[in-house]
Amino acid sequence: MKVAISASADSLDANVDPRFGRCASLLIVDTETGEIVGGGRNAFASEGGGAGTQAAQWVIEQGAEAVLTGNLGPNAFQVLRAGKVRCLISVSGSVRDALAAFGRGELREASSNTVPPHSGMG
Amino acid sequence: MRVAVASGKGGTGKTTVAVNLALARGHLQLLDCDVEDPDAALFLHPEIQSVVPVTVTVPRHLPDRCTFCGRCAQLCAYNAIVVLPGQWLLTAELCKDCGGCYLVCPEQALVPSSREIGTLIRGLADHDVEVVTGDLRPGEAMATPMIRRVKKMASDESPVVVDCPPGTACAMVHAVDGADLCLLVTEPTPFGCHDLEQALDVVGAMDVPCAVVINRSDLGDAGVRTLCERRGVPVLLEIPFDRDLAEAYARGQAAVDADGRWLSVFRELWDRLEELAVQRSRDAATR
Ligand code: SF4
Ligand code: SF4
Repeated sequence: MKVAISASADSLDANVDPRFGRCASLLIVDTETGEIVGGGRNAFASEGGGAGTQAAQWVIEQGAEAVLTGNLGPNAFQVLRAGKVRCLISVSGSVRDALAAFGRGELREASSNTVPPHSGMG
Repeated sequence: MRVAVASGKGGTGKTTVAVNLALARGHLQLLDCDVEDPDAALFLHPEIQSVVPVTVTVPRHLPDRCTFCGRCAQLCAYNAIVVLPGQWLLTAELCKDCGGCYLVCPEQALVPSSREIGTLIRGLADHDVEVVTGDLRPGEAMATPMIRRVKKMASDESPVVVDCPPGTACAMVHAVDGADLCLLVTEPTPFGCHDLEQALDVVGAMDVPCAVVINRSDLGDAGVRTLCERRGVPVLLEIPFDRDLAEAYARGQAAVDADGRWLSVFRELWDRLEELAVQRSRDAATR
């Protein structure tokens, strides 16, 4: 299964970035092999508005079945839910540890957005 | 003269200062741009003259016509539209009503529709204070269009006091924009100091000169005063904690109405703001 993770850099050893739409790197990881199979520096982070929904659409297009992140805004959440992507939130620590926790089913699934709109903006 | 009354965070007494300043001067307009929590009218008790709905235009989607080709989403420069297979999603608060999506849609599957985001209330209070309140619907995210609508009501003839949203986000920037002066209300605590510094940066970048009012000035420390000195920002008024004032506030009564002493204090504040504005325009002329 492919999952998307918001990270502070393009590495499994990087930390999970708590922001979704404005994270530093958006990584696609194959949970079978545990390897990064796509993504990289998050180009949506510099969008004036709608970074979250753009990132969400991109995640859906990549065929990811779940998102692992810290906080999700309502707009990104709406798009991810429409795309039937599972949203796992309040994730912290390294990307590697987060993937392991996901594999063990230990991550919390969001039932609604966790932050108000525009939270990641400067 | 247009004075924006703002604060780096909520709960500093910003509205109290705006209301008392307006009443003390009189014969002016107060624009309540704190649209998520517009409570100036609670202290001004204006006689309501008009209530009109405020709407924005956003695309409405006709699913029967749509082929989910995604062209509208590609075109929208504001990322308001997302198209997924079989689904069309709008983030209404991002729509800037540019009209592009209606034109680019090959199926005429999008039509303009109006969405009510709140109401604009105009009233007249004592001392000839005209109160214009922008009241955003609960949960509504479109603060900026509402603020723009309230500011359109700004008088050219009389002075204007703008009660701005707290914080330093876009809504505050829109409310302050166009003011001759920005009066920042703060508390002398480390948190107050931090929020004030942020507000000074944001307002300074807009080239609007700032002045400061320190509320509950007898509590806390010297941090705010040191910051103002360092940044060359005048502290125009310090308001110590006052039990009578707090009680009047709780009853929904403005300080200047409760106690004549405050009337002269806020009149003096207005005069000093006027002096600053004059000085500022003189400086600008010689620059
Ligand atoms: S451009 Fe028109 S047909 Fe294409 S996805 Fe948008 S609304 Fe549907
Ligand atoms: S009107 Fe303009 S801003 Fe609004 S959704 Fe259509 S393209 Fe985007």
